[in-house]
Amino acid sequence: MLGFLERPVVVTADINLNVVALTAVGLLSRLWQLAYPRAVVFDEVYYGQYISFYMKRIFFLDGSGPPFGHMLLALGGYLGGFDGNFLWNRIGAEYSSNVPVWSLRLLPALTGALLVPMAYQILLELGFSHCAATGAALLILIENALITQARLMLLESVLIFFNLLAVLSYLKFANSQKQRPFSLRWWFWLTLTGMACSCAVGVKYVGVFTYLLVLAVAGVHAWHLIGDRTLSHVRVLCHLLARAAALLVVPALMYLSFFYVHLTLLCRSGPHDQIMSSAFQASLEGGLARITQGQPLEVAYGSQVTLKNVFGKPVPCWLHSHQSTYPMIYENGRGSSHQQQVTCYPFKDVNNWWIVKDPGRHPLVVSSPPRPVRHGDVVQLVHGMTTRFLNTHDVAAPLSPHSQEVSCYVDYNISMPSQNLWRLDIVNRESDTEVWKTILSEVRLVHVNTSAVLKLSGAHLPDWGFRQLEVVGEKLSRGYHESMVWNVEEHRYGKSQEQKERELELHSPAQMDVSRNLSFMARFLELQWRMLTVKSDDSEHKYSSSPLDWVTLDTSIAYWLHPRTSAQIHLLGNVVIWASAGLATAVYALLFFWYLLRRRRCIRDLPEDCWLRWVLAGALCAGGWAVNYLPFFLMEKTLFLYHYLPALTFQILLLPVVLQHVADHLCRSPLLRSVFGSLVVAWYSCACHVFNTLRPLTYGDKSLSPGELRALRWKDSWDILIRKY
Amino acid sequence: MLCATSRLLAARTATALPAQPRGRGPGARCRRRELHFPGHPEVPLGEFLAGRLARSSVSASRRAILRRGRMPPAVGGGPAGSELRPRRGRCGPQVTRAVGPDVAAQPAARSPKRPARGSRRFEAAGRWALLALVTLLSFATRFHRLDEPPHICWDETHFGKMGSYYINRTFFFDVHPPLGKMLIGLAGYLSGYDGTFLFQKPGDKYEHHNYMGMRGFCAFLGSLLVPFAYLTVLELSRSLPAALLSAALLTFDTGCLTLSQYILLDPILMFFIMAAMLSMVKYNSCADRPFSAPWWFWLSLTGINLAGALGVKFVGLFIILQVGWNTISDLWHLFGDLSLSVVTVGKHLTARVLCLIVLPLTLYTATYAVHFMVLNKSGPGDGFFSSAFQARLSGNNLHNASIPEHLAYGSVITVKNLRMAIGYLHSHRHLYPEGIGARQQQVTTYLHKDYNNLWIIKKHNTNADPLDPSFPVEFVRHGDIIRLEHKETSRNLHSHYHEAPLTRKHYQVTGYGINGTGDSNDFWRIEVVNRKFGNRIKVLRSRIRLIHLVTGCVLGSSGKVLPKWGWEQLEVTCTPYLKETLNSIWNVEDHINPKLPNISLDVLQPTFPEILLESHMVMIRGNNGLKPKDNEFTSKPWHWPINYQGLRFSGINDTDFRVYLLGNPVVWWLNLLSIVLYILLGSIIAVAVQRGAHLPAEVEGLSQVLLQGGGQLLLGWMLHYFPFFLMGRILYFHHYFPAMLFSSMLTGILWDTILQLCAWSLASPFLARGMYAAGLLSLLLGTAYSFYLFHPLAYGMVGPLAQDPRSPMAGLRWLESWDF
Repeated sequence: MLGFLERPVVVTADINLNVVALTAVGLLSRLWQLAYPRAVVFDEVYYGQYISFYMKRIFFLDGSGPPFGHMLLALGGYLGGFDGNFLWNRIGAEYSSNVPVWSLRLLPALTGALLVPMAYQILLELGFSHCAATGAALLILIENALITQARLMLLESVLIFFNLLAVLSYLKFANSQKQRPFSLRWWFWLTLTGMACSCAVGVKYVGVFTYLLVLAVAGVHAWHLIGDRTLSHVRVLCHLLARAAALLVVPALMYLSFFYVHLTLLCRSGPHDQIMSSAFQASLEGGLARITQGQPLEVAYGSQVTLKNVFGKPVPCWLHSHQSTYPMIYENGRGSSHQQQVTCYPFKDVNNWWIVKDPGRHPLVVSSPPRPVRHGDVVQLVHGMTTRFLNTHDVAAPLSPHSQEVSCYVDYNISMPSQNLWRLDIVNRESDTEVWKTILSEVRLVHVNTSAVLKLSGAHLPDWGFRQLEVVGEKLSRGYHESMVWNVEEHRYGKSQEQKERELELHSPAQMDVSRNLSFMARFLELQWRMLTVKSDDSEHKYSSSPLDWVTLDTSIAYWLHPRTSAQIHLLGNVVIWASAGLATAVYALLFFWYLLRRRRCIRDLPEDCWLRWVLAGALCAGGWAVNYLPFFLMEKTLFLYHYLPALTFQILLLPVVLQHVADHLCRSPLLRSVFGSLVVAWYSCACHVFNTLRPLTYGDKSLSPGELRALRWKDSWDILIRKY
Repeated sequence: MLCATSRLLAARTATALPAQPRGRGPGARCRRRELHFPGHPEVPLGEFLAGRLARSSVSASRRAILRRGRMPPAVGGGPAGSELRPRRGRCGPQVTRAVGPDVAAQPAARSPKRPARGSRRFEAAGRWALLALVTLLSFATRFHRLDEPPHICWDETHFGKMGSYYINRTFFFDVHPPLGKMLIGLAGYLSGYDGTFLFQKPGDKYEHHNYMGMRGFCAFLGSLLVPFAYLTVLELSRSLPAALLSAALLTFDTGCLTLSQYILLDPILMFFIMAAMLSMVKYNSCADRPFSAPWWFWLSLTGINLAGALGVKFVGLFIILQVGWNTISDLWHLFGDLSLSVVTVGKHLTARVLCLIVLPLTLYTATYAVHFMVLNKSGPGDGFFSSAFQARLSGNNLHNASIPEHLAYGSVITVKNLRMAIGYLHSHRHLYPEGIGARQQQVTTYLHKDYNNLWIIKKHNTNADPLDPSFPVEFVRHGDIIRLEHKETSRNLHSHYHEAPLTRKHYQVTGYGINGTGDSNDFWRIEVVNRKFGNRIKVLRSRIRLIHLVTGCVLGSSGKVLPKWGWEQLEVTCTPYLKETLNSIWNVEDHINPKLPNISLDVLQPTFPEILLESHMVMIRGNNGLKPKDNEFTSKPWHWPINYQGLRFSGINDTDFRVYLLGNPVVWWLNLLSIVLYILLGSIIAVAVQRGAHLPAEVEGLSQVLLQGGGQLLLGWMLHYFPFFLMGRILYFHHYFPAMLFSSMLTGILWDTILQLCAWSLASPFLARGMYAAGLLSLLLGTAYSFYLFHPLAYGMVGPLAQDPRSPMAGLRWLESWDF
């Protein structure tokens, strides 16, 4: 207890000054003049609007990635005291004074700077020399593309940071596995691996590739562990459980927590509400919630409802009818019933109101007590404004001739009786006597006479139908499809007996009371599903490129141009590093297969531990490159050069690995080795020179003359902007 | 040196041993006995392996296969000496051959699966009889009511039509390679079908046309699937009941049955896939006799079947991957066998390259050669191909073409892009939609021949009709400034500084002007690639570029498909980059000018490799174009294994004769369960082995079959199933059937193993045998009974739909999504 009286308190700190120095230069390179340019640069325009939404706590939906990355950026805005008032509409727009540019860009820049010491650490943990590790860090330091990307309010460097963190902590974990399993250190690094993985996935979906790689390596190690017969069964089981918990359960929980925070933060309704289901919208403040608040929950006979299609594609819309009738003869010569049109209309309108009527009774009001409608009941739907009955019959629909036309029945007194009975089929029912609920119940309306199902066909009617969407009776119900499912969105109990009164009532806003809440899991699942399925426009961007262009750096992106001078920021890689990293991968692959074949014939060129190190380095670095690069060939979305940066970072880490291997094992004589060493130095100074030459485009701080710019255009495909004076 | 001696030794054993009796007499049995060590649990692994041979009786033959070097070193890798190495020479097979039937004949008190005592001959006869029975049953089910319904069902309308095209020798285009359709055509031809039936739409009656030949051919191939599966499983598991179970599952599957009964590509495809699998398995089991006659036979047969599978549909690629994987692991194994010299391994490699790469490629190309030879008349597929290609087809206007040779002002022309599968420069009376460049008339490229492909070539500065007889004929020369007027709409080909709709870096190309009067953005300089200025321009031969005068960009097609508003035709742009790619080079194809004499032209005939490449490009483009439309019900890959939804082959209403493609749910759900069980059981065993658990001999043998044989089948299933998740094209339920074959075979092996394991764990041999037999019988009878229930799906139903309680199928609509 009083030990300090007997012995002095000693703090021994091992400080690797290299790491400190590397961190310092990393910070310098990334943070220098961070607030310049004070204008919206490239994709900042895109992330910025989400930051504003966070600041204003307005709900949004971004299909490009999970919310963690956006939240991190928003954190910068929060700390900088950003109020969210900025119109992110144009690249190059000058920031107003309320935008804390420096703190918004700080987080990506910090993560970008930390890549430098982390590269050093990773190579050390992989068992390579201090020299190789320093080399890796220096290469990351002078990679122009990484610097550009890190200095702006973009997510790539955050993603790369978490990718490398996952790899680094896994290596630390694997190394402490050899010494002291289940120690505090061991647990720390294991858990950190899982957390870094989930953060990477949380920033961008592509983080999942690194996660899978780490899982695969962990799986192989675990498999060896299973084969280790010196361990008892229980111990092996403990090992496996610990890994499963840290690498599977923890990431899943973290991922959920991102969404939890996201949904807690964004509690107000906003412009993206329409994509979500009615129930989800009702859970947000304002918007639909304002309308639906206080609605009765159970739909009863006499209820006035609007019916929204659940599928919501191509646009969310409501079942609608209006005075116009189907044209007698369509353009293609086919005839119609000439009855009143029924469509799906994407805007709120008084013509979207329908009244649920009991076929056996007359009144269109809710009796007291209300008689709820249940699953399996047969109902009629009366259009509120025209008091016509929803009807379908064996007449081909206007645009989908295989389906039946749906109309509001007009009695022309010809031999076409009305067929207006619909059976209610609650799709998400829990019991067969479930009551039809506002917002929560998803129902199908099955026509009693023909068993056709009311369906949104997705086609736009021509001018006679006011370009609204076509609604049909689908006769061959091929199972469940969301376009056949509807839910009640607005709802009130009808009170007015007379048509005039009723019209007035329909025009007035609905209000009554019952509140409802959606659980977090339900909201999470819906949001996640919509994020994965929402379609972004896949049209080509001016600066989009294909994965094949990346390896050779055949493409560039102009990020920003000074409004007056020709100072500009351009996403361009350090060509020397880029090319030699590609070469290193090829050399690694060749050497690897050569060694592998020779080992198969029992010729061991490398000592066993050296071989294992070589394989592990390859699995993580070359593997990291492959998993972060190759999947892009299968993706159909618009791709940009910056998508390659995570793969590139791994590739750069491979470069010193290969160089050291060549120096240690292939250069046999000291002379060769020193020649090789001097070549490496020459090569590195060359890379530094390139970095320096491209620096004005990286930082955008210097205005170059057209001649200088033209001289920088080393490849025809680089779109360096040259002002015409 | 070492190599040399070992080879010598091998040669010696090879020469010495043939004198041995071929495993028929008691001599073999004695020989086998000599090899054994008395087994006890603690023997080292190598001895242990040998020991197992003596102790157990059931799976000895099975283990003998494993011992032929196909085991990973982790399991079998004792020191080279302790394990017998019967890989080379003839000794191995003799031992094993002797072992097979011999051991089988031993009654083996604990063996539940063999029929009790009986002579070997009787047993061999029994096997043949069983195979014959399986085959017969398969044929009987497939040929039963083959002629019904006597109208076109589902895709028969395509493939029957294409068969007719072959008979009529008209050229057509399809996204699949030609072999399958050619075989259908051949079958039709041989059976006396004359190719006159139109195959217009499903439901059309065949009437007097002879369609049974084509259906019979498909059913014949479809019937062979069952014996193939039987033999494959038998080869993999060495267990008759497993093979029988697999065969039963396939025979009694209504889906396979339905798919085999019509004129479709699937039975042909599945036939080649299964044949390739069977021959691969056969050649694997010949691995101990490399370069022997059966080895060569099965190896080259594998190659032939691979060519067949790929020649029918591109999904045949998956079985190629499977065989490729098998071959690579096989070679890896041989390479690691230090007793083989590098030269020998090289020979192995060469043999495989020859039989599995060169041979299939040759055959595949040969099918195309036949395809192009047979189809020598112009038909509906012409427009997809280049001008040079079309000139081969008799009846095409380019065949022995007689057209004005040099381009003149006032000529009506079609302009074709030189890049494959891009098509003709095209325009139509539709505008670019709002927000996409200027709202002017669309200009696209289009693959079909059409009036909207016609353009009139005019001078840039006059609007006078050059066809006026008072004017002299004036030829267009290299470097001239011209204007291209769309004949149907009288708008000029136009470009300006607006982004192209898809390729944003390029400029938009539109149709502009009224009755040919536009502005200076309508002027193009026509240039012939690699020519001097002032030369005339030759129709068909000249490769021309059109350079926009104002912006200096080049007219080209990006090859990207426009969205719905552009009718899914291809985008035309004006590229500011003056790179010389085929996308921006065109040729003049049709040329109409009444003032010029028509001259007979023989267009340069394309060489065969060019044709081959071109047709592949067109096919790939066609396949990529099969995208599901918005709001269309599409079958998703996850629907398939759970038999979620079938395909309606024929009939809709309750009055129609209805055929519905749906798997037998009992079979399919059993398959699904088996895959789960297999993965579970497999990983338990693998972990146990990795933990170094000593499995009892019996279990060891069974688990090896499960891991190796079952592993192959699981790989097959995965290869034929998972890639569909990545495919963007439209998918149908029937795409799952090749995978389903593999999973049925897996089910056979799995349940046989499980039953044997259960039987083994029972103490009393009588009980064990009884339980094994009972389990097997209940599986067999269960599938048979479910087939009895569901057979109307395949053989046709009439009467009310299944929703209706009066329907005979009423109780069988187990899933809401089945609509039969």
